[in-house]
Amino acid sequence: MKGVNQVLLTNSLILGAAETAHNGFNGGDILFQLVMFAILLALLKKYAWGPLMGIMKQREEHVANEINSAEQSRAEAQKLLEEQRSLLKEARTEAQNLIENAKKQGDVQREEIIVLARTEAERLKESAKLEIEQQKEKAVAAIREQVATLSVMIASKVIEKELSAEDQEKLINEYIQEVGEER
Amino acid sequence: MNTVEHGAPLYHLKIMDNFTLTFNLANVLMITVASAIVFFIAVLSTRKLAMKPTGMQNFFEWIMDFVKNIINSTMDWKDGGKFHVLGITIIMYIFVSNMLGLPFSVSYNGELWWKSPTADPVVTLTLATMIVALSHYYGVKTKGVGAYGKEFFKPFWFMFPIKIIEEFANTLTLGLRLYGNIYAGEILLGLLAGSLATGVGGTIAAIIPTLAWQGFSVFVGAIQSFIFCMLTMVYLSHKVSSDH
Repeated sequence: MKGVNQVLLTNSLILGAAETAHNGFNGGDILFQLVMFAILLALLKKYAWGPLMGIMKQREEHVANEINSAEQSRAEAQKLLEEQRSLLKEARTEAQNLIENAKKQGDVQREEIIVLARTEAERLKESAKLEIEQQKEKAVAAIREQVATLSVMIASKVIEKELSAEDQEKLINEYIQEVGEER
Repeated sequence: MNTVEHGAPLYHLKIMDNFTLTFNLANVLMITVASAIVFFIAVLSTRKLAMKPTGMQNFFEWIMDFVKNIINSTMDWKDGGKFHVLGITIIMYIFVSNMLGLPFSVSYNGELWWKSPTADPVVTLTLATMIVALSHYYGVKTKGVGAYGKEFFKPFWFMFPIKIIEEFANTLTLGLRLYGNIYAGEILLGLLAGSLATGVGGTIAAIIPTLAWQGFSVFVGAIQSFIFCMLTMVYLSHKVSSDH
């Protein structure tokens, strides 16, 4: 079996060699292969390579653009962050200032209020003193008046005692009459 | 009686009295099929293009990246960018061609119709010659005739014959390496299927080696397409780049 195969193999090789030899110039195949290869090359270039290269380039550009925009937005975010940070700092110092100012103003106001209260108290005291003085004077005047009346009354009483009985009676009657009239 | 001994469906196109173009119709068929499959794959994978690639687009972009890496490993992208399509076409066409002969071969009236187009030395040498010719063309185009001619006398003037031989050796090895690998694979598959699998026992005995060899041939086919593409870029870079 092996021997037979060997013989067949050599036979075929010789046959193959002889074939090409006695056919002479095998130009048709060469020509056909070349033409077909050229056509295939052109077709591949037109229908596969061109569009694919286009889309690959497009993708490359897309990726580059994406990277660019990502970088840009990152920078922008950084800038915004800085801005926010400075704003926050500003707000904080402003708040501190406000508190400080308020404190100061509170102090001033406190002083003012105290001073005001003090003067008010002083004034009140003054006026109270004045009034007391006045009242005192009024009271003294009243007492003085009363003393005058009393002394007049005493004087009159003393005078009445020296009256006669008839006059006394007359006076009493007068009084009684007066009292009755008043009633 | 034997798959290996099939003849070829030849067609003689007489152009002039003493000049005849001979077409191996099997080659014509298989070249067309391979090209159609490659084109079909390309169109299928670029039908729905999206910024976010999916499915077949990913696959094709992977091929493009793969070839781009091959080119970048041999020369500057500035020089090699124009060979990108060429590399993609070569690697896909040769890979598909290598795969075509693996699952089965079809013969009709004793003539072998379905096989790998790369299992024919005419086809592979045509491709190899085309690559070498392209390398010379681009060498002249990018460097000018003078600098291109001087390359043959570097580093010493007496290297000239060796440089000339090198060009032909490059062409031959590039073509015959591919042809040899694929043709050998197909012969062995043919022997396994046609000679060993004659009886029931033979068929059972042939199953395992056939499977193994088909798997190995897929590997060899992929490697050969990669090597062909790689060497193409190496030869092109030798002619195009000024520093090597």
